[in-house]
Amino acid sequence: MNYLTLIMAIPLFGAALIATLPQSKSLLAKQLALGTTLIAAAATIAMTMKFERENTALQFVESYDWIKAFGIKYAVGVDGIALVLILMTALLTPIVILAGWNESEGGRWSTKTFYILILVLQTMSFGVFAATDVFLFYVFFEAMLVPVYFLIGGYGSGERSAAAVKFLLYSLLGGLLMLASIIALYVLSGEQGGHTFNIAALSQLEMSSTTENFLFLGFFIAFAIKAPLFPFHTWLPDAAKSATPGTSVLLLGVLDKVGTFGMIRYCLAIFPEATKTFTPLIITLSVISILYGAFLAIGAKDIKRLIAYTSISHFGFITLGIFAMTTQGHSGATLYMFNHGFSTAALFLVAGWMISRRGSSTIADFGGLQRVTPVMAWSFFIAGLSSLALPGLSSFVSEFLVLVGTFTRYPVAAVIATFGIVLAALYILIPVQRALHGATEPGNENLKDLNLREKIAIAPVIAVIVLLGFYPAPVLNIINPAAAQVISQMGFSDPAPTHGGK
Amino acid sequence: MSEFISPVLSYSLLSPILVVFGGAIIGVLIEAFAAKSVRPVAQISVTIGTLVLSLVQVWRIRDSGSTSAAMGSVIIDGPGVLLQASILIIAILAVFLIADTENFAAAAAAIPGSPEERESIARGQQMTEVFPLTLFAVAGMLLFPIASDLITLFVALEVLSLPLYLMAGLSRRRRLLSQESALKYFLLGAFSSAFFLFGAAYLYGYSGSVTFGGIRTAVIGGTGNDVFLLVGIAFLSIGLLFKVGAVPFHAWSPDVYQGAPTPVTAFMAAATKVAAFGAMLRIYYTSFANAEWSWRPLLVDIAIITMVFGSLVAIAQRDVKRMLAYSSIAHAGFLLAGVIALNKAGLDASVYYLFAYGVATVGAFAVVTLVRDSAGEVTDLNRWAGLGKRSPWVATSFATFLLAFAGIPLTSGFIGKFSIFSAAYEGGATAVVIAGVLSSAIAAFFYIRVIVLMFFSDPLEDATSVVIPSALTRITVLFSVAVTIFLGVFPSPLLDFISNIAIFIR
Repeated sequence: MNYLTLIMAIPLFGAALIATLPQSKSLLAKQLALGTTLIAAAATIAMTMKFERENTALQFVESYDWIKAFGIKYAVGVDGIALVLILMTALLTPIVILAGWNESEGGRWSTKTFYILILVLQTMSFGVFAATDVFLFYVFFEAMLVPVYFLIGGYGSGERSAAAVKFLLYSLLGGLLMLASIIALYVLSGEQGGHTFNIAALSQLEMSSTTENFLFLGFFIAFAIKAPLFPFHTWLPDAAKSATPGTSVLLLGVLDKVGTFGMIRYCLAIFPEATKTFTPLIITLSVISILYGAFLAIGAKDIKRLIAYTSISHFGFITLGIFAMTTQGHSGATLYMFNHGFSTAALFLVAGWMISRRGSSTIADFGGLQRVTPVMAWSFFIAGLSSLALPGLSSFVSEFLVLVGTFTRYPVAAVIATFGIVLAALYILIPVQRALHGATEPGNENLKDLNLREKIAIAPVIAVIVLLGFYPAPVLNIINPAAAQVISQMGFSDPAPTHGGK
Repeated sequence: MSEFISPVLSYSLLSPILVVFGGAIIGVLIEAFAAKSVRPVAQISVTIGTLVLSLVQVWRIRDSGSTSAAMGSVIIDGPGVLLQASILIIAILAVFLIADTENFAAAAAAIPGSPEERESIARGQQMTEVFPLTLFAVAGMLLFPIASDLITLFVALEVLSLPLYLMAGLSRRRRLLSQESALKYFLLGAFSSAFFLFGAAYLYGYSGSVTFGGIRTAVIGGTGNDVFLLVGIAFLSIGLLFKVGAVPFHAWSPDVYQGAPTPVTAFMAAATKVAAFGAMLRIYYTSFANAEWSWRPLLVDIAIITMVFGSLVAIAQRDVKRMLAYSSIAHAGFLLAGVIALNKAGLDASVYYLFAYGVATVGAFAVVTLVRDSAGEVTDLNRWAGLGKRSPWVATSFATFLLAFAGIPLTSGFIGKFSIFSAAYEGGATAVVIAGVLSSAIAAFFYIRVIVLMFFSDPLEDATSVVIPSALTRITVLFSVAVTIFLGVFPSPLLDFISNIAIFIR
């Protein structure tokens, strides 16, 4: 069964259905959108069950000619890494829709348009993870900017259109650099036995090391902007602050993962030699991201900006894990992508509810929420603890794996990165203390606690965070073979653990 | 004295051009003898009928390559036929816009503000000369890309240019601006024609032949005086680069785009580019191909400057027609990449790009004709603010065209850009590709700014409104949107068709 095409078609079908509704039926549009994403989630779970964990080849492969003149195919397929990211996308989207039930109402356009954009974005997110043809990947990579752009600019708050434009221009610049590299790959493949965009075929290309370095940079800068890695991160805080909480979850949780996923799938696979050349630089940038993001987060006064900065720090860990070139690092990085999706979702959704109730996103305006709205406060607290990687919550496992994986090859970087954990405690616990504890700030006395819909939305997120914290095996078992495969294809083997002199 | 040989003409192969000439002459007769009340309907039907008939003829001759259709003066081959078809489709779409005669002067010959003009407006006169003029221009454009000697090329150039000079001056509103643009276009066009002729003379001096084949043989033989060849190529190129609006020969285009009636701008921007690039591709790919060392480096520089300049200056524009003019300059730079590529892929890509870009351009200008206030079209971009709120469909169509110009995937512009840049890279012009990608990023900025303005800004409180499109204008916009998206998602049929038949006969 063509699972991948099916799960990509479901949201698109739902979007078409919503498009036929009259403007006035906004409730029906919401219900349809929720229903569609739930069906897509169910289909994705069914696909995950069918996935053969030990098989490192691409699975659920489909391939049809698309533009024959250029050797472009509609080719999809997943390995363990792509699968968990698709699963994450499928699970997060219905949660986002349910959690942000009334998000679309402050927008420029109708509720209908909002959900059409969300569903189209979901299709493209699936496509971007599933594509095994570089051209197809690029098409999804660029085309998904359009719905996000309209989601931020049309339904966000504050300086929304400026933030949307900044987001789009940064991404387009990166995308065009990648396009130049893709064109070069296309021509090279034509010279070496026929035009193709198949990743496996492209990884066999022979090129001079100068060419390889330049092409690598074209891809890497695009992904570093997307991820975002220091110094390409400046668009993120603005976009995350202006977008609705649900859009922010999709932006940081799903879209930004395309950057780190792309590094594994494209940079490492197609340019193994250039990867080795640039690894020291990228490790350095990752460590800077971890610390810089953390410091900015400590200084942040706005909740949404705070979460965006923490993400910069977390993405630093993910790239560190990827470029450490050990299986633990790789497994940790992919698990981190999955977990970060859920912990950021929890933070953003609860922060969104706090902000919409209080009418302000400044941390100092909150205080004593623990007494007024205990459920909301506890949810935020757990999400925060997951973000700072408390043992027993999901992020701990991934952060630990990344650090262990890095230490065996780059001990100095690992040691410095570990300080990121200390800083994480600061940037989470300070706002928790200010917003949740202490005396109730004037204006907060009558805030309402979470209602049933919101509880239903946040419960599965927290459940995933806690369950994967205690028992990460279900996800790790999917990731590990794929991660090991990437490392062995790169020609690396894990360094033997060294014992300190005994 | 040599014996006079009576010319042998293949009328069926020339029929696309002859049909259009015939239609134009009928149009002139209608203008002279038909009653005023029936003129508009008669003119529109004759014009559309002629163009459709011509398109049918083009389809019928698509596989019949021939160098002897007119005593070696024209070559009928795949690229020529494809470009003719593109020109005709674009012309039909543009005529649909021209049919909305609201945009045209009541009496073109009257001096702006004169009593005669007031009188003719008061009498509700509407001129219809524009239709035969359009057909004459189309006939010249059809001849331009298939001409295979310098004399025919020059005649075609003049036949297509002279009606356009007149048409640029026909605007009903802002008459002075329109007439100024017509004069500017004419004077600079006359200059460039002179350069063109000068270059042609040198090439004749170099090769002793005016046919492309003769020049090609001389270039391959390499026995002529290279100075003549270089001067000839340089001056001929100036004439052609002027027509496509490449920097530094672009100065006319923003003024003319702005001053001319918008339907004429649409026609000129799209169809002239196809014709001029068609001729350019033929002459560079056949006659000058073996002298690439002499023109390619310079053309690379011109392409890079054109892309970067067009994209940068477009950012500063506050008028939608001027913005589109600079955008078309940038696109001329991208298209030059296809000439520089000098390979089969470059030819295919250029033909595809010209068609996709031409259709999107007509569509974009069609939208411009719809945004009006009581004094006519509103081209000030600030007053387009909030268009998405008031007329979502019109704004969405315009956004589609802008995204295609910006080369966003799933639009025809992206496939065009990809194919032309990959051909250029294959041809070794890495610098052009890098400049193209960077200027695309710059260009994206001003396209997106317009989208922001339409969708994310609140409407100004003034009387800017979108008129209900006439049925014909609606067809143009819808067709252009459909083609733009279809060619972005399923480009294969057209790409395969082009690559199968686009082979120059030398």
